[in-house]
Amino acid sequence: MDTIIKAENLKFEYRNDETDEVTEVLKGVSIDIKRGEFVAVLGHNGSGKSTFAKHLNAILTPTAGRVSVCGIDTADENKLFEIRRRVGMVFQNPDNQMVANIVEDDVAFAPENLGMPREEIRRRVDNALAAVNMSAFSKHAPHMLSGGQKQRIAIAGVLAMEPEIIVLDEPTAMLDPAGRREVISTVRRLNRELKMTAVLITHYMDEAVSADRVIVMDSGRIVMDGVPSQIFPQVERMHSLGLDTPQATELAYLLKKSGFNIDGTVLTVDDCISEISELWRNKVGADD
Amino acid sequence: MMKDITLGQYFPGDTVIHRLDPRTKILVMIAYIAITFCVQNFWGYIVLAAFIVISITLSEIPPVFVIKGLKPIMVFIIITGLFNLFLTGGEVVWQAGVFKITKEGIRFAAFMVLRLTFLILGTSLLTLTTSPISLTDGMYRLLKPFSRIGLPAHELSMMMSIALRFIPTLMEETDKIMKAQAARGADFENGSLVQRAKAMIPILVPLFISAFRRADELATAMECRCYNGGNGRTSLHELKLEHRDALAGVCMVLILAAVIFLNIAVK
Ligand SMILES: Nc1ncnc2c1ncn2[C@@H]1O[C@H](COP(=O)(O)OP(=O)(O)OP(=O)(O)O)[C@@H](O)[C@H]1O
Ligand SMILES: [Mg+2]
Repeated sequence: MDTIIKAENLKFEYRNDETDEVTEVLKGVSIDIKRGEFVAVLGHNGSGKSTFAKHLNAILTPTAGRVSVCGIDTADENKLFEIRRRVGMVFQNPDNQMVANIVEDDVAFAPENLGMPREEIRRRVDNALAAVNMSAFSKHAPHMLSGGQKQRIAIAGVLAMEPEIIVLDEPTAMLDPAGRREVISTVRRLNRELKMTAVLITHYMDEAVSADRVIVMDSGRIVMDGVPSQIFPQVERMHSLGLDTPQATELAYLLKKSGFNIDGTVLTVDDCISEISELWRNKVGADD
Repeated sequence: MMKDITLGQYFPGDTVIHRLDPRTKILVMIAYIAITFCVQNFWGYIVLAAFIVISITLSEIPPVFVIKGLKPIMVFIIITGLFNLFLTGGEVVWQAGVFKITKEGIRFAAFMVLRLTFLILGTSLLTLTTSPISLTDGMYRLLKPFSRIGLPAHELSMMMSIALRFIPTLMEETDKIMKAQAARGADFENGSLVQRAKAMIPILVPLFISAFRRADELATAMECRCYNGGNGRTSLHELKLEHRDALAGVCMVLILAAVIFLNIAVK
């Protein structure tokens, strides 16, 4: 698999215009993300996740270091739209990313900006709405939809660019559990079926469990990077970074700490249940 | 309660009038407004009345809806009528103290009232039969040729469609803030005007702050979707002139001709 996103010692600082104070938000981030990967990015508030995400489609450009996406350097101003059409970005609040008051007009926004012919816009709008299962709502007004539906429209809005990468910055933070499931299963399907590279920033650990890879950020640096089954069992380390672990992992960790002989790498509730029943059976067996 | 306020009260439908190209409708409306000001005798108003009645019938909108459009402006129409009635000089037909009514006054007042009434009826028919989106679209296409001489046609239409998009969102938010403040004991219904105006401040401040935050996020989201102003932008919607648009134009020319003829013929 080839590299689709490459950051080399990426640094970024904000300058406060009044006090001339400089805050360094990203302090040297280096990472390779492979085509087709599903990457979850974790980190407590203010660790620089959103700032990092904004470097992936040249909303921000590095103060030092380099970011390249699909082989294009994001600092190259002539390639700005080449980059943005390849990297779809979805934000937290679905209300604040919609421009039009009819669903299909909103989805058409990006291809219209790209100056595509009418038939091509039509095709892309229809495909994008079908990909998020919202075709039936094409003529609706966005403010009449549920949170999860709105966020799926926002996803369709970036899919209409036919991007190779989709970056989602806490897309489920404002949704109810049903809405969260809708959005996450949509993203997962895009990743599996359309082979789209996905970068998902989230505060929900259970959303990160199903990723191919988990990256943990802390004060502007990547401090952990690996598959979920490597990252989450390090419960104490995660806690010290201000993060939770999935409830199943947490429970297994606590049981283990209390002296039970349980596999500490369980991530899902189902795995946890089978581990505990196994433990129970062994214990009952030993008592007999 | 805030949700009840609708903008331009669009009455969806699929009639000839609804399907007319928005550009045609806007131009017809401009011509219609000009004609209402040209009319110099009552026969002309009969022509306009016929036009309005036929249009309403074709649009299948219950006439009450169109007439409702007059309600908010009724006071204004009456006051204008009274001013003209009492303050026009000429041949006195009735007098009581300082108040006098002249022949010219009656004529002027009647004309003024009819003119305003027809203006409102026409424009509410336009907004009732055209969705805000297609109105914006039509306005943009009509203004686009003027962008060469510096008119920000794209920006204007973008502003209008974003405003339309955010009105329901901000209404909902206002409602929420009002409820939150009311729960803390704020009183919006009682007290003097000044007191009530003061009670609005705790609503407006959070509303503005949130609107600015929204604007900021929306701008970023638009950039992420390759927005680059109006240059080289295309559109999903096709506006195509049909036979019916030509017909509407011809009707307007005929009405104008009729009104001018009546102006000359009937003195
Ligand atoms: N426009 C700005 N000007 C100055 N500092 C900023 C600006 N935007 C963000 N920062 C600072 O950069 C740091 C990282 O912010 P960022 O939004 O990337 O964090 P985050 O990991 O996304 O946090 P959260 O989980 O709250 O979304 C924060 O300390 C923040 O205060
Ligand atoms: Mg963030």
